[in-house]
Amino acid sequence: MSEKFKITIDGVSAEVEPGTTILNAARQIGGDLVPPAMCYYSKLEGSGGKCRTCLVKVSKGSEKDPRPMPKLVASCRTTVMDGMEVQNITSPEVLEARKGVVEFLLINHPLDCPVCDQAGECKLQDLSYEHGAEATRYEFNRRTFERIDIGDKIQLHMNRCILCYRCVYVANQLTDNRVHGIVGRGDMSEISTYVEKAIDNDFSGNVIDVCPVGALTDKTFRFKNRVWFTRPVSAHRDCDKCCGKVTLWYKGEDVLRVTARKDEYGEVEEFICNTCRYDKKKTSDWVIDGPAQIQRQSVISANHYDGKVVPVIDKR
Amino acid sequence: MGVKILTQHSGVPGIDTFEVYRKQGGYAAVEKALKSMSPEEVLEEVKKSGLRGRGGAGFPTGLKWSFLAKPEGVPRYLVCNADESEPGTFKDRELMSRNPHSLIEGMIVSSYALGANTSYIYVRGELFYVIRILEKAIAEAYEKGLLGKNILGTGYDLDLYVQPGGGAYICGEETALIESLEGKRGNPRIKPPFPAVSGVWGCPTVVNNVETIAATSWIILNGGDEYAKIGIGRSTGTKLISACGNINQPGIYEIELGLPVEEFIYSDEYCGGIAGGKRLKAVVAGGSSVPVLPANLILKTIAGEPRLMTYESLADGGFATGTMMGSGGFIAMDEDACIVRNTWNFTRFYHHESCGQCSPCREGTGWMEKVLHRIEYGHGKMSDIDLLVDVAAKIEGNTICPLGDAAAWPVGSAIRHFREEFEWHVKEPRLSQQQNYGLAAYADPLPVPVTEES
Ligand SMILES: Cc1cc2nc3c(=O)[nH]c(=O)nc-3n(C[C@H](O)[C@H](O)[C@H](O)COP(=O)(O)O)c2cc1C
Ligand code: SF4
Ligand code: SF4
Ligand code: FES
Repeated sequence: MSEKFKITIDGVSAEVEPGTTILNAARQIGGDLVPPAMCYYSKLEGSGGKCRTCLVKVSKGSEKDPRPMPKLVASCRTTVMDGMEVQNITSPEVLEARKGVVEFLLINHPLDCPVCDQAGECKLQDLSYEHGAEATRYEFNRRTFERIDIGDKIQLHMNRCILCYRCVYVANQLTDNRVHGIVGRGDMSEISTYVEKAIDNDFSGNVIDVCPVGALTDKTFRFKNRVWFTRPVSAHRDCDKCCGKVTLWYKGEDVLRVTARKDEYGEVEEFICNTCRYDKKKTSDWVIDGPAQIQRQSVISANHYDGKVVPVIDKR
Repeated sequence: MGVKILTQHSGVPGIDTFEVYRKQGGYAAVEKALKSMSPEEVLEEVKKSGLRGRGGAGFPTGLKWSFLAKPEGVPRYLVCNADESEPGTFKDRELMSRNPHSLIEGMIVSSYALGANTSYIYVRGELFYVIRILEKAIAEAYEKGLLGKNILGTGYDLDLYVQPGGGAYICGEETALIESLEGKRGNPRIKPPFPAVSGVWGCPTVVNNVETIAATSWIILNGGDEYAKIGIGRSTGTKLISACGNINQPGIYEIELGLPVEEFIYSDEYCGGIAGGKRLKAVVAGGSSVPVLPANLILKTIAGEPRLMTYESLADGGFATGTMMGSGGFIAMDEDACIVRNTWNFTRFYHHESCGQCSPCREGTGWMEKVLHRIEYGHGKMSDIDLLVDVAAKIEGNTICPLGDAAAWPVGSAIRHFREEFEWHVKEPRLSQQQNYGLAAYADPLPVPVTEES
């Protein structure tokens, strides 16, 4: 019954359900033509549209109205029309805008990956590698903050926050009595908890998993190791609060960290509870399923590429 | 003297009271619309009038109203945008405080056309005196049966509320306004969905400027065709212009669209020429977010035609040599004005007012502000000028709401037209603090007007 819409991204066509966003259509195709996403998170309702890293050019609106869209659009929030043609990596304008966005994001996010706990799992690290300039043109003081403990398990380092709002959506959608959000405006905005409150909820740990950079980190894991030296293993347990499906991160025989399982875009498959995340760090707590799939962009997967690179058709 | 629609009662003592307003013929449009016209007929008249939104973008009001979704059993809302906080724009507050009933009358007529039974006037919080005036007038209107249940016995119900805002510029952007009205942080929503489909409380909503709504009563009373006769082409009717800067007679003027800019600046009926007998250097014609133009380009288009106060004429030449009508905030700068300082000042405003949701605006406005500050205070580098152009270009068009564009346009246009002045600030940091520069290239070609002193 369902009529599908045809979309062409960088010369590669696909048929998708009406209502699909350009970003998700691109994800269905896969490979290099998938726009990067720093704020969109498929498991969080209403997310996306803010970071502007996923901007693409719509060079043909639809079969009915073939006019190009006048501005670049956020692919994570723009739905596909039948016959739409989109340029991502084939548009110099998109690459230029994306370079601009990366430059803006790096104004208040230090590229000190060697001392950041998220190194190896950070979307901004990948993005700046792909789109960043070798030097910054920004010569003014950057904003700096003290680290803040929000609860006994989570540390916030605002220096690294890129205000993607993902953790705010988690707090909104997964926890009751939200105490965590954004205060201030413009470049004075800060992630914060309500004065002196801690995030205290069975699902609070998920803010760590969604943070695309190293702003929210797991205090039980911080600096125990670099992620690329750890071995991710899929495991599950019977949990009365969550799905109980996780990734255990091993160093030798020890479980150093427990996270939700993530897909190739670094998004969790299902959110997990704090008991699974923090209190179950023995192998005997878990049923081991086997080696975990590794994120597409992670350095952990260096040399492990699964070869899913869709060729771009040269239309000259 | 041109036709006066919005300021027709100007100077009538006690016009802010129901009695006097009624005696002056007020609320006749409500009577006409509710008693003898269907909502569709009211909408049709507004369409015929060619009225365009006076809040900045100039979108045709009738067309905007016709986009309003009308699902069964779902309420619709009209929200009046009285947030007015664009630097240089100060027309709505005057209209509301001097003649509150004219807005209320417009709200009733417009709400009727849209099928809204609850409407809001969202007023910038600082304008507390305006809120008081409006609330008093609304209470009077309820008392006289012009608001509430079964208005004038016609069976139409309307409740009207005044909602004070917190005083953030971004809350003037229609979707941020809706968020704020709902009691949330005033962050713009990502469109689509547009308010016409999902606005206040997720219901179909129209957001219109004060001046737009106030004009509808006259249109209903006199007919859309009469309104369309005023003005030129697609710029119909009258427009309030708030004029300020280095002019002899700053103030709010109601002009017929089509008035030559030159006449507006130099005639005694309006701005009365440049103060102190000085020469005009630059104009920001539509509030601080529109591109600034040097005197020669604001007076004449690039084709040498006189520039007119119409949407089309002001925009003639695109952003290369033209500007926008915007909200009608007309800021004139004389030969002594420092463009760099002025641009820095505007940018300071946008930096302060960015909501911070999207990366280009959040980070870019602050960056531009810092670079401009450095140039203005004599520590700039030549490369800063191109850096500003590039940063502005990377913000423009890439943000969620038009505040990003509003921040980028003043910078881009100032450098486009006054680059030498920026360069001079870099080259001669001390001199640039003391004397004006570049007048010969930019100032108006007219003879210096004779003033009393000279
Ligand atoms: C940052 C920003 C601030 C705005 N402020 C106002 C305002 O104070 N008053 C207003 O009427 N429109 C303002 N607007 C325009 C509104 O979003 C909207 O277009 C307008 O209220 C529509 O009314 P109109 O169709 O009658 O012009 C602003 C827009 C932006 C982007
Ligand atoms: S703390 Fe992390 S998840 Fe939260 S807004 Fe900042 S970058 Fe995003
Ligand atoms: S452009 Fe600026 S004000 Fe508008 S949504 Fe983005 S950050 Fe907020
Ligand atoms: S991922 Fe689309 S704007 Fe952030």
